[in-house]
Formats: sequence, structure tokens, C-alpha cells
Amino acid sequence: MADLQNLKVGDALPAFTTDPISRLTLALYCGASGDHNPMHVDIDFARRGGSPDVFAHGMLSMAYLGRLLTNWVDQRQIRDYGVRFTAITQVGDAITCSGTVTELFEVAGERRARLALQTVNQHGQVKLSGDAVVALA
Amino acid sequence: MLDKQFIGHRFAPFSADVEKGRLKFFAKAIGQTDAVYTDEAAARAAGHPGLPVPPTFLFCLEMEAPNPGAIRDLLDIDIAKVLHGEQRFTYHRMAYAGDTLSFEQRIADIYDKKGGLLEFVVRETRVTNQRGEHVADLHGITVVRHG
Repeated sequence: MADLQNLKVGDALPAFTTDPISRLTLALYCGASGDHNPMHVDIDFARRGGSPDVFAHGMLSMAYLGRLLTNWVDQRQIRDYGVRFTAITQVGDAITCSGTVTELFEVAGERRARLALQTVNQHGQVKLSGDAVVALA
Repeated sequence: MLDKQFIGHRFAPFSADVEKGRLKFFAKAIGQTDAVYTDEAAARAAGHPGLPVPPTFLFCLEMEAPNPGAIRDLLDIDIAKVLHGEQRFTYHRMAYAGDTLSFEQRIADIYDKKGGLLEFVVRETRVTNQRGEHVADLHGITVVRHG
């Protein structure tokens, strides 16, 4: 867990990169998440809809970014967490999750940090752009 | 065009059980290796009463609705045209394996951009536990692509 007492704006969360997303990754996420949208697992369905291939669930990447948060603070300290899905994550993408501290503030006596979060693929393309607020104690 | 008369529409509340096996499966699917999310002893050692529901799993439980496509059906949306635009969680307390969570969904807004080429449906969901305690609020935006 992080040293939250001496945190400064600009500090980075420890980033990590996932294995490339495989079709098995998507099948497992389909079953485990309960999101059975065929666009993510059934290439025949995707092609009938005019897409060349299936693509990753946005919420899979949001779960990866959630790991970035819970690797860094206890989940009980997360107050708010949101993302925008800015580009489609494709099969084969290796996703790097990163975050930085953008603001330190206090609400009702609780010290908090606001974080900027993002996922990028192996070409540096931003896929998810998000933010979170965590309590620092 | 999506019918804006459904702005404010509330769906019948439903509940979903948080199952331990599902949480372990979810941890595997997202590459979560922190034992707190898969091993009850580790969770208890960390001060949790059981396996915690991880940050985004409330969205998955929301799909346990009797009809997970209720919004698409109501608004007559083709699933092949749908993208997830935004998702936000505001957390009030933790949820754990063994909890039964209740979901109250409403359509908060419907709007369009690019002359109707893109339409947006904003869904807000209030989540409470079996004790009536407020667990979280979910805010999701679905994008419908035309052309």
C-alpha cells in the first residue's frame, strides 16, 4: 500500500500492463461479468453487424483500472470512480493502467486525493480516461 | 430517434445475491491476484466480514435484472449499435459475498449529438443492501450509433 501521508500532486500510482487481451480473456469476462453481449465473443454476430471482429468489454478495462486503485489503497477508501470509454479496446491489445494525483483536498474532515486515470494500448492510444477520489486515511 | 418521453422512467426494483463463487470467477477474469478478493481467510485478516465486491462488480450485478435488456427493449435499441460511453460509481459502503443487493434504475436523460447520429441514454442506479443501507450509486451512459 502507498505512503499516503506524504502524497503530493503529480505523484504516480504504480502502473502495470496486462497480458494481451485474448478471446479467452473476453469469454471469461463474458461469463464472470454476466455481460453476454455477443459483440464481445461471437465473431459471426460481430461481422453480421458490420464489425470486422469482436472487441473488448469497456468494463473489463475499467476492472483493470480498479485493480490499479485497490493495489494502491484499501478499497474501503475509494469514494468515487468513473471513466469515459474513449476508444475501443481490441483483441490483442496489452493494456497499461496508470494514474496520477491531481488534487489534494478535504471533505467533512476527511483528507482526500483526486486521481486522473487512464488505460492505453501498446501503441500508446488512450482507451479509457477516468478519475477517482480516495480517502487518505 | 429515441423517445425522450422516457426521461425519468423508473424500472421495477430488483435484487441480486452476491455469490462467493462468482466473485472468485470475476477475480480470475480480470487478472486479480490480491488474495483479499479470492480467499476468505485473507479477506477476514484484512478486516472484511467476507469476500468484498470489487469496485466495478456492482455493474455486473446490475445485469442480474430479470430482463438485463429492459432499457434497450423500452427504447427499441439494437444491441449491435450500442457502445458503453461512460460509467461512474459513487461508493457509500462496502458490499460482500452473502449480501443481497437491491437495484433501483431510472433513465436520467436521453440526448443526441451530431444531428442524431449519436444518441445517449443516461441511467442512474441506486444500490442498497439487505439492511436498507445505501451501498452505491451508479451512473452509466450508453451510446447508440446510427449510420
